[in-house]
Amino acid sequence: MAYDLSKVVVTSSPHIKADDDTRSLMLDVLIALIPALAVSVFTFGPRALVLTVISMVACAVFETIYNKIVGHPNTVGDLSCFVTGVLIAFNIPVAAPWWLPVFGALFGIIVVKMLFGGIGRNFMNPALGARAFLLASWPALMTAWTAAHASLPLFGNVTVTDAISTATPLTTLKVSTILDAVSGPTAPPAKPVALIDLLLGQTGGALGETCALALLAGGLYLLYRKVITINIPAAYILTVAVITFLFPVGDLSRVEWMCSHLLSGGLMLGAIFMATDYVTSPVTPKGQIIFGIGCGLLTVFIRYFGGLPEGVSYSILIMNTLVWAIDKKTHPRKFGYKLDKVKKEAQ
Amino acid sequence: MVYSFRGGIHPGTHADPGYKAATNTKPIEKLALPDEVVLPVSMHIGAPAKPIVSVGDVVDLGQPIAEAGGFVSAPVHATVSGKVKAIEPRLHPSGSKLLSIVIENDGEDRPHESVHPYDFASMSNEERIECIRSAGIVGHGGATFPTHVKIQSGIGKCDTVIINGAECEPYITSDHRLLLERPEEVIGGLKMLADIMGVQNAIIAIEENKADTFPGIEKLIADDPRLKLYPLKCKYPQGAEKQLINACTGREVPSGKLPADAACAVFNVDTAGAVYRRFTTGMPVIRRVVTIAGSAVADPKNLEARIGTPIEKLIDACGGFKEAPNKLLAGGPMMGNAQFSLDTPVVKGTNAFLCFAGDEDKRVDDPQCIRCARCIDACPMHLLPIYMNVYGKVNDFDNAIECGMMDCIECGSCSYVCPARIPLVAQFRLSKGKIQAKRMAEKAKAEAEKAEKK
Repeated sequence: MAYDLSKVVVTSSPHIKADDDTRSLMLDVLIALIPALAVSVFTFGPRALVLTVISMVACAVFETIYNKIVGHPNTVGDLSCFVTGVLIAFNIPVAAPWWLPVFGALFGIIVVKMLFGGIGRNFMNPALGARAFLLASWPALMTAWTAAHASLPLFGNVTVTDAISTATPLTTLKVSTILDAVSGPTAPPAKPVALIDLLLGQTGGALGETCALALLAGGLYLLYRKVITINIPAAYILTVAVITFLFPVGDLSRVEWMCSHLLSGGLMLGAIFMATDYVTSPVTPKGQIIFGIGCGLLTVFIRYFGGLPEGVSYSILIMNTLVWAIDKKTHPRKFGYKLDKVKKEAQ
Repeated sequence: MVYSFRGGIHPGTHADPGYKAATNTKPIEKLALPDEVVLPVSMHIGAPAKPIVSVGDVVDLGQPIAEAGGFVSAPVHATVSGKVKAIEPRLHPSGSKLLSIVIENDGEDRPHESVHPYDFASMSNEERIECIRSAGIVGHGGATFPTHVKIQSGIGKCDTVIINGAECEPYITSDHRLLLERPEEVIGGLKMLADIMGVQNAIIAIEENKADTFPGIEKLIADDPRLKLYPLKCKYPQGAEKQLINACTGREVPSGKLPADAACAVFNVDTAGAVYRRFTTGMPVIRRVVTIAGSAVADPKNLEARIGTPIEKLIDACGGFKEAPNKLLAGGPMMGNAQFSLDTPVVKGTNAFLCFAGDEDKRVDDPQCIRCARCIDACPMHLLPIYMNVYGKVNDFDNAIECGMMDCIECGSCSYVCPARIPLVAQFRLSKGKIQAKRMAEKAKAEAEKAEKK
């Protein structure tokens, strides 16, 4: 029998591929961010959702415009710009004006991501780069924290009367403990936020960072879907846990001090969603653990000794710059190469 | 206990692991004899065989028609009785035309006088190895390394013989059906191989997705304390020689060395069967079981065909195509060679012929690495495919080799899992070729300089 072979192509093996692609992985990350977004909307009102959507749309628009200008096919379909969009929104206060995430998207997408060659080429996490840029440019707006359940306008600028200004749990913790220990009590000691409120996110802070429980749920989903491995988050969180447990400051018990640090600030958001960013974290298992420990150490150092109450984003950004060096020094042992032999060859 | 290795992938769906459901319950069917067979002189690794018949000669079934062209080589036998019609280059599954002996079938299937049973027990080891060599037995898993060479180079060095029943390549079920339908041939062959190699440890290792073969095999191995059945975890590339040895013995074949350096000799299921058939019936290698499957095939089957049968006849026997194929593969989807024609013959290493009509390949334009590290988790050799690709692309060979380029077994696991769909293995093949060419050039240059000094 004669068969129609006109469609036959010849290619190099393998000839079948797994179903997961970049788009499905990014979709999983977006799904994993939903619980935290939901809690944020519950805590801070629908304005949280509005800012997040603005941020996502801005990221997609900037990526499209950039691709148009340089004549590349549009890469918005891989959904990674939407992940960046959500994470930028998660890093700003809910009282921020609508244009703040737009400028964040402009910097994160155009400068940090696209100018370096687009997806997979940036050396810094775009969302964290954007946060650092916004914090340096509009420090007041980036620290205008509102308390949970303050009623904010859906879209317009937040006025002083709307905003019930508050401190983040970490600021409170830092002022009442570390700073007081150095220079004596400066103000009547504020009461640290209750752990249960930290866990449930019923406190002041950036839009998406407050609810540790929702972020952990997202992390478990990512682990279950094998989108991330446990190496980086575990190394990061454990490092912070161990050091804060060993060196408590102030009146809190060791465990309370440790939990306050674990559950507040952007630690969970950073450890689960930012430090695990594929592009800007090591690829070797050993390297991922070193990266996580490095992030943890820097975070604690900044929180203990730095001028800022919060250290997650800068510690991850600093570790981002070391990724290639870490990868190069942590090659796994290849099959068929015994440890002693490798050592002998090295000598 | 279930044996396995670190790394690897799980092709297939939850309901159909390894995409084997289409044929794993279908008994082996004997294909009608073809009108003519095309027998290439190169169906093995090593020197091509030399024809010892001429056009017009009448040959019998099992008659040697080409003799081994060297130590690492294997003879070729007539797989039907009839007349030699031509000795000319014909299309080979490798993609080029190779010298082939074409025999017109006279339909008598008349065995040659040299085909007679042997008394294995009374033969010396030299006679036994010669008997295997003259039967043209090679590795039937696809690599087609001559079996007598493997035996000879392993005697005295090996303490373990392993029959590779992993059949980890998706879609392929020919070994599965052989283990289920003819376990006595495989176990008989294993016993003979253990005798020849003088080992006390003879393992038959089978992936768990073929657990229906275990009862039959357990019955056959019960009387011989040397024989053991090792269930393997269902994972690709469980049947890769180095990974199989590692799973069964915990040993690692050192980089650049042979299985014998880990004191193991690995044989395919049907290779053991061929050894058994050679001694019990005298018949050399004349047939093999081929799985015909894939989304383009109307009625996928396991067919027992004479070697030299044109692939087109096997497709005919499966009801042809239900959809025009876009990919033809000799072998499995992970390591098989893409074909452009159905005129190629079944050769000794043809364990499957797959025809795809869907988007199994999922190729994309301009793939971008997102550094997800899935390739590193998947690599059964524990290499760094992501960096091998980065360095390979820019011809930074020192760094590429440091990341494992020359240790790559080209199993395809990294390309399979890559969410960006980067053709990693294709890049590695390219780079390996360049590295080898560079090494050859350097060697030649060094020798030339040495000669000049003299």
